[in-house]
This record gives sequence, structure tokens and C-alpha cells, in this order.
Amino acid sequence: MFNLTLSELSNALSRGEFSSLELTQAFLDRIKRLDTQYNSFITLSEEHALQQAKAADTLRATGQATALTGLPIAHKDLFCTQGIRTSCGSKMLDNFISPYNATLVERLNLAGMVTLGKTNMDEFAMGSSNESSYYGPVKNPWDLDRVPGGSSGGSAAAVAARLVPAATGSDTGGSIRQPAALCGITGLKPTYGRISRYGMVAYASSFDQAGPMTRTAEDAALLLQVMAGEDPLDSTCATQAVPNFSASLNDSLLGLRIGLPKEYFAEGTDPVILERVREAIAEFEKLGATVKEISLPKTQLSIPAYYILAPAEASSNLSRFDGVRYGHRCDSPKDLEDLYKRTRAEGFGAEVKRRIMVGTYALSEGFYDAYYRKAQQIRRMIQQDFIQALSEVDVIMAPVTPCSAFRLGEKNSDPVSMYMEDIFTLSLNLAGLPGMSIPCGFADNLPVGLQIIGNYFDEAKLLNVAHQYQQVTNWHQQSPANLSEG
Amino acid sequence: MSLDRSDVERIAHLARLAMNENEAPEYTESLNSILTLIDQLQATSTDGVEPLAHPMDAVQRLRADEVSELNQRDALQACAPAVENGLFLVPKVIE
Repeated sequence: MFNLTLSELSNALSRGEFSSLELTQAFLDRIKRLDTQYNSFITLSEEHALQQAKAADTLRATGQATALTGLPIAHKDLFCTQGIRTSCGSKMLDNFISPYNATLVERLNLAGMVTLGKTNMDEFAMGSSNESSYYGPVKNPWDLDRVPGGSSGGSAAAVAARLVPAATGSDTGGSIRQPAALCGITGLKPTYGRISRYGMVAYASSFDQAGPMTRTAEDAALLLQVMAGEDPLDSTCATQAVPNFSASLNDSLLGLRIGLPKEYFAEGTDPVILERVREAIAEFEKLGATVKEISLPKTQLSIPAYYILAPAEASSNLSRFDGVRYGHRCDSPKDLEDLYKRTRAEGFGAEVKRRIMVGTYALSEGFYDAYYRKAQQIRRMIQQDFIQALSEVDVIMAPVTPCSAFRLGEKNSDPVSMYMEDIFTLSLNLAGLPGMSIPCGFADNLPVGLQIIGNYFDEAKLLNVAHQYQQVTNWHQQSPANLSEG
Repeated sequence: MSLDRSDVERIAHLARLAMNENEAPEYTESLNSILTLIDQLQATSTDGVEPLAHPMDAVQRLRADEVSELNQRDALQACAPAVENGLFLVPKVIE
């Protein structure tokens, strides 16, 4: 059962092949047995999961089940879960038990899904390797000496290792797509605002976007259906209508116009990755798509613009961690300033402190125009490039990352070399566009991701395109060779 | 432009982060390498470009000014480090 997708497990539950309780217990046992080698979970919510599974079985027995009722899921540990610790990968929130659920957790609970636990992540979602977690790095199931990517590295590794059929993630600069690519799974970052941010610990609020991490596009469609949509508790959540994502999965790709940004196929990317991406594009041509070269000339500027704007927002958002209302508090503070300073120095790790300080500097008196305002202007130029390109093509395809999974420790000592890892993913967050990563082959036995970028609120098209590819290829069905079947 | 150690200590103070003697040189070095990266923006002309604060150019939505929340003080203070009589405790602020 561990190799089945959400859709397949849903059918098996409907046919009565096993109960949700049996399914849940089996996955929990598997996590307890195998996760010592991956470290993909921070908290396992066994008791809570078994209760949800029993309730799901009752719903099914009385004919009240939805497609997702009784299916296991894990949540990235920045989504608030009532009664279950939400640490955000940080010592600051090591003791934090949220009094409420994030909206997306609430919606998946209402659909009857079973929360197995909370997955490991870079501290406060700041990182591309999952090495900044207070709870230790996650190992890539394809090669335990390598990183799973980040910041949703625990979610990606858990799905790749078949410890859970699906997980939630969040993507501020690539944190769903990059780990999905490095772990060989399917990850969707929806349009900014498509899914409520209520109850998602904030990093950079004009970038943060939750999304599903699954084995297939079909499963991503099922989850997005429940996660997406207006929320009175988040005034930045989009009010656009939510279409039926599963209904268009099988639409023909005949005449689909694909744009290939020449800046994403330039030198600096592993040639094997470019070859795999080109092979994937050839598959789309066989399905009836046409391909043309486009240009996104400001691509290189997305990194400096992002590393001003996101830290600026972070420095403001993370000012709430002051040792007063929740989270870590230093021992015997001598006055209020000492309370703030030592609480924050003890509670935050090095990368979080670096970003808070970069943001503080960029927003400080005398530097605002040179940094923050300038970066916002570049942000608009990057957005305009995408709007221009997407007026000529239906989707844009590109690599997700310039290299496959790197070794633990390889880039950890130099923050700037780690930042370069996000060159192909950041610009979408600046523009607020939706993007997907799907497996499209291997480079030296490590997974390679194909990035599919679409227009605002056109997730249905991305899912359709990804699903059609997954009907004619089997890269998404590959699993790590060393994986225990038990 | 490059930061020296006293700049970094001033930034850490503005961000309310305690920084010890040993950490300051390390943060000075890493913040300078990040600043070198972000300074790449200065070479691009942005004259006349309207800044983009939010990808959808959205403005704050408003709702009717009506009470919609229940009082959950006890539940919300259950995760606080120190409370007394429904109040959050902090070190003495006014002598």
C-alpha cells in the first residue's frame, strides 16, 4: 500500500480493501521504523491520527466520505495544528502548541484527511537544503549523503521515501518546487493568494504560498481543490473562483504553446539536467504542443531583488518573537531590552539572524531608497517580463534547479552559494505566478525536475499539462532503489 | 559599500539580537558577502518604474466593523511563558 497514490488509496478504501485505521497504523509503523535514517518528521501525532482515522471509517461506513476521507497526510511544521506542536524548525517555537488550526489544515481535516505528523524544514522556511533546522538536517532518500532541498525538505523526503502519500509545503522562493525536484516528487506552488495564509507562520508575506506535495499531478489536483479558495481570515487570500481541477486533467495538449526562456537554458546549469528537460519538452511536442524561445531578461536580478525584499519582510514579521506571548523566553531577563535581545539570540539560528539583519539594514534610515524601493522596482520589471512572455505562450518550461541534490555540508558554509540554488524558482514568487515541479528523469541517479510555469490562477492548466506528461512517462513512479518495501 | 563591525553591532541592536564578541566577525563577513550580492541591483536603471509591493497590486480589503471573535483569552495565553490574572508578565519597565 505504500506505493499507492492518494487516488489509488482512495479507491482501495472505497472498495473496502482496508480501513483508514489499518492504513494509518501501517504508515505510522513505517515512519517509526524508517524515519531514523531520513529525519523527515519533527513530530509524529499518533494518537490524534488514530482518532481521525476511526472518525473517517465511520464517515465512510455511513456514506459521508469525500475522495480524501481517511487518507494520510503530513503537514510542514509551519502550519498551525491545534494541540500538536508547530515548531517551524526553530528553537524559538520548540514549545509552541497552537491554539488554532491553519485554514488549510482545517479544510483538509474537514475533508476527512488524517494528519500523521509534522515534517522537518529549514528554520522559519529560510533555506534550500533543510540544514538550518533546529531538529537537524533531513537526508535525501535517493542518497543519504545528500540534501533533500528546502525549505520543505521533510515533506519532500517523506513523500519520496513513501512514509506518507502526500504532504503540504510552502514556497516563498522555491521551497516546494526545489525539494520536489531534488527528491523526485510532484510539487505545486499555486498563484500567490490562491490558498489562505491564515495559520501559516509568516516568513515573507507578499511571497509566501502554500501548496501540495504529492507523487502525481492527479493527487495535487485533489488536494488543491480542498486547500484553495477565499478565506475571511486572510484578507490577502484571492477571491477568484476555484475551478474543478480534476475535470480538466485529461484535456488534450494539441496546440499547447510552450515558451522556453533562453536565460534558463544558459551556461551554469548542469548539462545533463538541460538534456533531461529538453527530452521532456520533446515528449510534449509528441503530444501536440508547439515550442518557441522566449526571453526573461531580468532573471539574474531576481536573486538580489529577492534577498532584499524577503529579508525586509522577514525582519518585520519575525519581530513578533519577543519572549512575551509565546515561544522561547530567556532565563532571568534583567530588563525588557535584555528579554528581547537574549530571547531572540537564543531562539533563532544563524541563517534566520542573517536575514533579519539584512532586512533591518535594508529598511533602516538612509538605505530604504537604495535597497527596498529599488528592489520593488526590479520586482515590477520581472513581473512585466513574465506578463509579456505569457501573452505569447500558454506555459513556460524550464529546469527547477541548476544542479541535482548536493552533498550535506557542501553549500552550508557560504550563504550566497546557497542562495544561487534558487535562481530558477525565485522570480515566480516575485511575480506571484504559479509553478510546478515534476520528475523528468535522472542525472547520475539523482532525480531531475521539470518546471512548468503558468499564468495567474491557471493552476488547472499546469495540472493538466503535468498529468498528460505523467500518462506517457513513468519518472514519477520511480522510487529510491534502497527503499524498504516492508 | 561595506559594513564594519560597529555597523553590524548597530544593526543587531536595531533587530534586538544579542551578539557576542565571537559572533560579530562572522556576521560581518557573511553580511558583507550578501550585500555584495544585492548591490548588483544598483547597475540597473529603474527610472520611472513604479515599485511593486504586492504581486497582485492588491489593496487592503475591509469588512463591516462588527464583533466576530469570541473571547479566547485563556486558550490564547496557554502557550505564554508567563501570565498572571490574564496579563502577560514582562520585566519591570517603569521604575
